[in-house]
Amino acid sequence: MVDIRHGTGEQIGPAEVEDVELYHPHSWWTRYVFSQDAKIIAVQYASTAIAIGMVALVLSWLMRLQLGFPGAFAFIDAERYYQFITMHGMIMVIYLLTALFLGGFGNYLIPLMLGARDMVFPYANMLSYWLYLLAVLVLVASFFAPGGPTGAGWTLYPPQAVLSGTPGGKDWGIILMLSSLILFVIGFTMGGLNYVVTVLQGRTRGMTLMRMPLTVWGIFTATVMALLAFPALFVACVMMLFDRVLGTSFFMPAIVEMGEQLQHGGGSPILFQHLFWFFGHPEVYIVALPAFGIVSDLISTHARKNIFGYRMMVWAIVIIGALSFIVWAHHMYVSGMNPYFGFFFATTTLIIAVPTAIKVYNWVLTLWRGDIHLTLPMLFALAFIVTFVNGGLTGLFLGNVVVDVPLSDTMFVVAHFHMVMGVAPILVIFGAIYHWYPKITGRMLNEAMGQLHFWVTFVGAYLIFFPMHYLGLIGMPRRYYEMGETAFVPASAHTLNEFITIMALIVGAAQIVFLFNLIWSIRHGREAGGNPWRATTLEWQTPETPPRHGNWGKELPIVYRWPYDYSVPGAAEDFIPQTQPGTTSHAPEGAS
Amino acid sequence: MNVTLAFLAVILAIAGWWLSRQRLFSKPWLEVGHAHDQRPLDRPTIPPAKIGLGVFLAVVAALFSLFISAYFMRMASTDWWSTPMPRILWLNTAILGLGSLLLHTARVTAEHHRDEASRTALIAALATGLAFLVGQVLAWRELTDAGFLLADNPANSFFYMISGMHGLHILGGLFALARVILKTRAGPMDEKAVLSITLCATYWHFMLAVWLVLFALFSGWANDFVELCRQLLT
Repeated sequence: MVDIRHGTGEQIGPAEVEDVELYHPHSWWTRYVFSQDAKIIAVQYASTAIAIGMVALVLSWLMRLQLGFPGAFAFIDAERYYQFITMHGMIMVIYLLTALFLGGFGNYLIPLMLGARDMVFPYANMLSYWLYLLAVLVLVASFFAPGGPTGAGWTLYPPQAVLSGTPGGKDWGIILMLSSLILFVIGFTMGGLNYVVTVLQGRTRGMTLMRMPLTVWGIFTATVMALLAFPALFVACVMMLFDRVLGTSFFMPAIVEMGEQLQHGGGSPILFQHLFWFFGHPEVYIVALPAFGIVSDLISTHARKNIFGYRMMVWAIVIIGALSFIVWAHHMYVSGMNPYFGFFFATTTLIIAVPTAIKVYNWVLTLWRGDIHLTLPMLFALAFIVTFVNGGLTGLFLGNVVVDVPLSDTMFVVAHFHMVMGVAPILVIFGAIYHWYPKITGRMLNEAMGQLHFWVTFVGAYLIFFPMHYLGLIGMPRRYYEMGETAFVPASAHTLNEFITIMALIVGAAQIVFLFNLIWSIRHGREAGGNPWRATTLEWQTPETPPRHGNWGKELPIVYRWPYDYSVPGAAEDFIPQTQPGTTSHAPEGAS
Repeated sequence: MNVTLAFLAVILAIAGWWLSRQRLFSKPWLEVGHAHDQRPLDRPTIPPAKIGLGVFLAVVAALFSLFISAYFMRMASTDWWSTPMPRILWLNTAILGLGSLLLHTARVTAEHHRDEASRTALIAALATGLAFLVGQVLAWRELTDAGFLLADNPANSFFYMISGMHGLHILGGLFALARVILKTRAGPMDEKAVLSITLCATYWHFMLAVWLVLFALFSGWANDFVELCRQLLT
C-alpha cells in the first residue's frame, strides 16, 4: 500500500509540437461553419442533435395525447400515430443519443482530456458532421414527402415495412429513412476513426491508457463497438433498399397483398432481425458506456473523492463492450427461435449484469463518506444511478425467456427501455452539459432554472414510467393505437394513462426551460473562470476558457498523475491537477 | 452469423493482445511521474494515418463479413440456385492482382528514391483499377444478357449487390490514388509521399484479398470449404 513509485523522469521536457500540423481557418466561414476544430464540430453536433431531439419530444407528446385521450384529437389517426412512434424511436436512439454522446461529447472531450491540440484527422471530422446533418435533413424531409414518414416501428421489420399497409411503405417514407441511416453510418465511421485513432495516437506525454479519465474510456470503447456494429445496420438498410426499390427478395417472403401475388418470394424476415439486432443491442451499450464514463467523472469530482476501483471500472467497460456483441438474439425470443439458442442468449444477457453491477457498486462506494456537493451535475448523476438500477432490474426480468414471452408485447417493455436507455442516459447528458457548459462558454448555467429543470424532469420521469410497468403487468399491449372496449383493462388504467400523458406534457415543458437556460446563460450567466468545479482533469487546465483553437498554448501539457487525485491527505487543496508534477503535496503514506 | 462471429473473434483477439500490453493491472493511483509512459519520447513510431487505415479496414472487413453472413443464411432457402460466373471475372481478378503488384512496386521504388519509376507505376496502377471496374461492368452486362437479372434469384441479387459494393470501395480507392498521383507529380518523393503510397498499396492488397474471398464465395468454392470444415468438426 505504501509503495509509491515515483517516476525518475521529472526532468522530461514538454512536447513541443510544431505549428505546421494544425489547420488554420482563414475566414468566418471556415472558422465557425466549415470548421475543422473538434470543439466547434462538437457544438455543431450537439446543437443539431438537440434540435432534432426536440422534434422527437413533440412527437412523443402527440403519441401520449392519443393514448391518454383517445379520439380527442382528430388529426392523430392510426397512420399518423405509427409514424410518430417510428420517428420518435429512431430519432431518440440514433440521431440524438448516439450523435450527442459520440459526436458531441466525444469531439469536445477527447482532445481536451488527452492533451491533444485536435483530432488526428480534422478534415474527416468535419465531413462526419456534414454527413450527419445531411442524414438529419433527409430524415426530416420524409415528414414532407408524399405519404409521410415511415410508420414501420423503429425496428423497421420487414416485410411490413415495405408493404402498402404500413404508412410510407410504398411511398417515400421508408426509402428516405433507409437512405438517412446509410448516410448516418458513413458519417459516423469518419468521426469514429478520429475518436479511436486520437485516443491511440494523440495522447500527450505522460497520459498512459490507465491515466485516462473514465469518460474517455467509455467513449473510446463505445466508438470501437459502434465501428463494428454500425456496418450491420448499413448492410440491413442496403438490402432492404434493394428489396423495396429493385424488387429483390432478401427479406421478403412470398406475399399476397390485396389479392395480388407480389413478385417477392423466399426471403427471410428473420435474417433482417439478426442483422438489425446485431447492431441494435451493442447500440444500447454504445449509448450506455459513454454515460457510465461521464457519470464516474461527475461523481468523483462533485464528491471530492477518487473513483472507487478505477481499474475495475476500466475492465468492466471493456468486458461489457465485448459481451454486448453476443446477446443480440434476446430481442428475438418471440421470433420462434430454437430454445437452446434462447437459453444461450439468456445466459449471456444475465452475465452482462455482473460487470454492470460492479460499476454501480463502485459509484455508490465512491459516494460513501465523500464530501458530496449537491451541485446540478451531481444531482443528475445521482438521479442516473437510481434510474439505471431501476431500469436494469426490470432488464433482469426481461432477459429470462419465460418471463419475456408474456411481457414482450406489453407496456412493461416500453417502461423498461425508457428507464434504462431513455431517461438514464439523458439524465447523464443533462448532468454533463451542466458540468462542461462553463468550459464551453466561460459562463455558468443559471442555478434556479437548473433546479427547476432537474426536479421536474427527475420526478416527472418517474411519474411517467413507473405506472407504465404496472400497465404492462396487467397486460396492456404496446404498439396499439387505441384500446377500444377491452375486458381485461380496467377503467382505472385509462385514468392512469391520462395521468401519464399530463406528466409527459409537463416534463416536456421543463425541457424548454432548459433550452432557454442554455441560450440565456451564454450572455447572462455568471462568469465561471477556468476551473469552477476545482477538477483535476486536463480540460480544466487550459490556458484560456473557452479554449482557443489548438487548445493549449505553445506547449502541450504534461501529465504526472491519474485523474482522480481528490482529497489527497496532506495536499494543500482537495484536488491535484493531472499536470502538477512532484510529490511534495503527497502525504508520506500517500493513502489515496 | 457464424462468419461474423469468427471475424469478431479475430478482432477481439487483436484487441485483447493490444490491451494486454497496456498495463491494465497497474495501480495508477500509486504512480506519480513519468516512468510509466513507455512510448518513445520523439514522434510516435507509427504515423496516425496508418493506424487510421488499419481501423478503417477493420470496419470494411466487418461490412463484408456481414454481407457474407447474410449470403450464407439466405442460401439455406429452397429458391436458391447459383449464378454462373462469367469468364471475364478471371481476367478482372488478374488485373486487380496486377494493380496490387504495381502499387507494391511504386512503394519500393519510392523508398529507393527512383521517383520516375514510382510515378509510372502509380499511373499504371490507376489504369488497372479503372480497367477492373470496366471489367466488372462488362461481367454484369454479360450476366444480364444471359438472362440472370437482379431480382430473379437471391444468388443473382447478392452477386450484383456485393460486387457492386466492392466496386464502390475500389472507386473510392481510385480517388485517393488519383489524389496521391497529383500531389507527388512534381518534386522529389519525400517521406510523406512514401507514406501515402504505402497506404494506397495496403488498401489495394486488402481489397484484392476481399475480392478473392468474394470470388470464391460466388463460385461456390467457399461453400465446399465450409462443408469440409463442418465434416471435419463432426
